[in-house]
Amino acid sequence: MATETHDAAGHVADAAPGMPQLDFSTWANQIFWLVVTLVVIYLVLSRVALPRIAAVLAERQGTITNDIAAAEDLKQKAVEAEEAYNQALADARNEANNIIAATKTDIQKDLDVALAKADAEIAAKTAEGEKAIAAIREGALESVKAVAKDTAKELVTAMGGKADAKTITAAVTARMKG
Amino acid sequence: MATETHGAEGNSLVFHPMDQFIVKPLFGGEGMGMFTITNATFWMILAIVGVIALMVLGTSRRATIPGRAQSVAELAYGFVYKMVEDVAGKDAVGFFPYIMTLFMFIVFSNFLGLLPMSFTPTSHFAVTVVLAMLVFLTVTIVGFVKNGSKFLGLFWVSSAPLALRPVLAIIEVISYFVRPVSHSIRLAGNVMAGHAVIKVFAGFAAIAVISPVSVLAITAMYGLEVLVSFIQAYVFTILTCVYLKDALHPSH
Repeated sequence: MATETHDAAGHVADAAPGMPQLDFSTWANQIFWLVVTLVVIYLVLSRVALPRIAAVLAERQGTITNDIAAAEDLKQKAVEAEEAYNQALADARNEANNIIAATKTDIQKDLDVALAKADAEIAAKTAEGEKAIAAIREGALESVKAVAKDTAKELVTAMGGKADAKTITAAVTARMKG
Repeated sequence: MATETHGAEGNSLVFHPMDQFIVKPLFGGEGMGMFTITNATFWMILAIVGVIALMVLGTSRRATIPGRAQSVAELAYGFVYKMVEDVAGKDAVGFFPYIMTLFMFIVFSNFLGLLPMSFTPTSHFAVTVVLAMLVFLTVTIVGFVKNGSKFLGLFWVSSAPLALRPVLAIIEVISYFVRPVSHSIRLAGNVMAGHAVIKVFAGFAAIAVISPVSVLAITAMYGLEVLVSFIQAYVFTILTCVYLKDALHPSH
């Protein structure tokens, strides 16, 4: 082997026109170093590089999955918050409506009471007024009767007749009724 | 470079496009034994350094939000992992470190080989044949261990008419054994051809009239080579996955 490669090495220097690839004396050397190279690369890759990259990729995948889950969670929370907000808004609106309704009824009640009171007062005043009017009317009637009697008496006296109080009163009363 | 030293001797149009592929001891010396440190060794070690720099140092921060190096490392990881999972199936992920090793080695060799003055280990059949044979042996052994004699069903196309099956079986067997050959020559051939073509254009650059065209052509070829560097690594890896799928699920 050694002599063979020795010869061949000398041959290489002269073998310019041929293909160095087909100079088989260099094959043993190349194959040896190739195998060394491949073994080294294989060990480096399989022991260090590939597990590390696989771990990094898996970790990244995990991180991405976690982040997506977290985002999903936050989105859910946002939706819940919005729902809570809407709920609160609806509650507040309800409350406001209730308050408005209660206030309305209160006011209505007060108003009714006040109205009733006012009505009663008005009715009382009206009754009083009517009474007063009736009294006045009565008074007026009495006065008219008296005036009529007096006038009739004076007239009878003036025409020469004897004024009988009883007859005049009866006559006046009869006339006033008619 | 080798071309220049040779070219300077006489006629400026003497190309030595293949000299860049010569394997020679890095620290001088006459003989080249099995363990001699050669330029091939050096660039393979650089590939190891590159892989470690990207995949180990680049990910050392284990950041949840990755930096640049870590992004690239994760991209490479995801790229190959998805390829293994999609092409070879879920039960092939056990082979993922192995396939990742092949991919990272080829990618780093190819791209480091694009540096001027560099040496490209993957342009040598010694390297690609070993890579392809590793895949071939792995696939064959895994196929027989996992499926026993059913693995031979790979060659017996049960969906074809019975009369055709023996013929197809012969073709299938031949194609199966040609796999490592095509697998290795495709990679080395592509890388070697590109580098050699760039060198040829570089030789033409010595003529003043042609040199602008030559420089443009070198630039274009270089761009193509960048593409080829990645694509060939990808092709090698995905074919490995396809073969592995045959081993794990031999039925057609």
